[in-house]
Amino acid sequence: MNIVVCIKQVPDSAATLKVEEPSNVSWGDALLIINPWDEYAIEEAIRLKEKFGGKVTVLTVGTEQSKEALKQAVAMGCDEAHLISDPAFVGSDALAMTYILAQAIKQLGEVDLVAFGKQAIDSDTGLVPAGVARRLGWPLLSYIAKIDEIDPAGKSLKVTRLLEQGRQSVSSKLPVVITAVKEINEPRYPSFMNIRKAGKLQIPVLDAAAIGADVSKLGATQAATQWLKVFPPPARTGTVEMISGDSPQAIAVTLADKLLAEKVI
Amino acid sequence: MDFQLTEEQQYFRRLVRDFAEAELKPRARHTDEAAEFNWLAVKKMGPIGLLGLNVPEDYGGAGVDAVSAAIAIEEIGRGCGSTGLAIAAHNGLGCGPIVLFGSEELKQKFLPPLATGSGKLGALALTEPGAGSDLAGGVQTFAQHEGDEWVIQGNKMWCTNASSADTIVTLCRTDRSGGSKALSLILVPTNTPGLIIAPAEKKMGLKGSPTHAVTYDNVRVPYEYLVGKEGYGLQHTLQVLDGGRIGIGALSIGLAQAAYEEAIKYAKERHTFGVPIAQHQAIQWMIADAATQIEAARLLVYKAAWLKANGKPFTKEASMAKLFATEVSEKVCFNAIQIHGGYGYSAEYPVERIYRDQRLMTLGEGTSEIQRLVIARNVLT
Repeated sequence: MNIVVCIKQVPDSAATLKVEEPSNVSWGDALLIINPWDEYAIEEAIRLKEKFGGKVTVLTVGTEQSKEALKQAVAMGCDEAHLISDPAFVGSDALAMTYILAQAIKQLGEVDLVAFGKQAIDSDTGLVPAGVARRLGWPLLSYIAKIDEIDPAGKSLKVTRLLEQGRQSVSSKLPVVITAVKEINEPRYPSFMNIRKAGKLQIPVLDAAAIGADVSKLGATQAATQWLKVFPPPARTGTVEMISGDSPQAIAVTLADKLLAEKVI
Repeated sequence: MDFQLTEEQQYFRRLVRDFAEAELKPRARHTDEAAEFNWLAVKKMGPIGLLGLNVPEDYGGAGVDAVSAAIAIEEIGRGCGSTGLAIAAHNGLGCGPIVLFGSEELKQKFLPPLATGSGKLGALALTEPGAGSDLAGGVQTFAQHEGDEWVIQGNKMWCTNASSADTIVTLCRTDRSGGSKALSLILVPTNTPGLIIAPAEKKMGLKGSPTHAVTYDNVRVPYEYLVGKEGYGLQHTLQVLDGGRIGIGALSIGLAQAAYEEAIKYAKERHTFGVPIAQHQAIQWMIADAATQIEAARLLVYKAAWLKANGKPFTKEASMAKLFATEVSEKVCFNAIQIHGGYGYSAEYPVERIYRDQRLMTLGEGTSEIQRLVIARNVLT
């Protein structure tokens, strides 16, 4: 199978974010990581490759710094990596990002499956996978908790989607775009052997021309959405009351009474 | 001169630290209290390469340089001392002799399952009831060459990993006439009839790393299971121990680092006289000393590892690194409890466990006294 995984480099979830006027978010020099949801997509892609053969290509849109995320994906077991980078991309919104990624995927020959994490932990829109599927003209299977069956030769698959209402079983034709939720697998750790391979890997950089992108559709001025204002959520208010008592039972009774009085239970 | 780790080494450190934070540290207390080997985490180490640090890729290992291997052991030890000892012993002592001296057949047969984690661990049996530091004169376990077999008879003590191992490389006397060519290393699969592994010893610390007495009652293995040259068992062992000492030095740094970090955390949280105790000079001095000592010990360990990686003599430096790092660890862990006050004596706080764990470091793989002897012999010749 020829599988593509699209990943995003994001600030570590432990980073302290600051909002700077008017609409800029900064995370200082915090560690940058692969969006944690994307790790599930990478793991699933590697498992499919291990089962059916083929290769896994990982893509990201970003700057030179984003090569670190790509190297980590290779250290986990992806075979190839491409950085998609061009000054014309700066300021692109989710809509433009779907165009960039779809153009890049079209350069990679016959692809059976494109995998994403369900959303990125920084912007949290979850829009890009759907947009890429639309532009490629492929079905989107989002929130996949399990690939139940896949038949690369017969070009079909059956999956379980994890929705708020419950689980949904869906079958589809390949090629397809999927997004992974954490129930799908347990991402592996990188290996020393693959880290060495990643260290030696020359990562090709694809610019707008290389992916055949029309730059007039890209950048901040062409974005369909704009960030008018960014502000941190208001600090939580409330008080803490420590409950004491002679025994754990007595403390539990007091706690239950208070929760009943507050109509929490 | 360059004190900077390579990009690859920095990546290794981050990887093993992440692994230890997620898989070892949260379970370290249980591993110790229940004296339960953390197989779950150890099985996950195989695919990462942590079980074949010194094993070439051709035999399923990671084949990393000695500095990276030291970093890996340090970070595992920072997460869990018991698991750190088991993995240091597996890599350095269990796999080490086969990698260094084993025949091609032995390497192909035994290294892949050891290095990939598809099998169990490796162990080395040297010490006997009457032979610790004095292996040359003290080893009584005898291997008789009969036909195409070795027949082994004897007793070993303090064998780390014996009950979690597939292989025990055993130091045996093969020539009763004595002399420096009287010992040999022989690989004994643990499923060989006549090999009896006693229940785990009850120890002060490192309880999640089982240590056993092993009895060889007419144990028969093929002659080809000889590791290295017949009669060179002592020389081979000393060379294996040189590498193992870097591992124990690295493990000691990991333990010291863990205790030091706990002490800092506690010093910032605990208030006396209206301020966090970290603001009292008495505490600051202990923390400053710990920071300095750990840094110095780490440099010595990395230097010895660097010499090894670059094919230079490192016997003296490995002994210096082991001696210094283990004694630093003792001081740092002692003061980490001191900073915690009475709470540090409680099993509720990790420093109590770490202090017990580190106590072995100045004893195993050559006591501090033996290290001084090695250093003195190297300096005075």
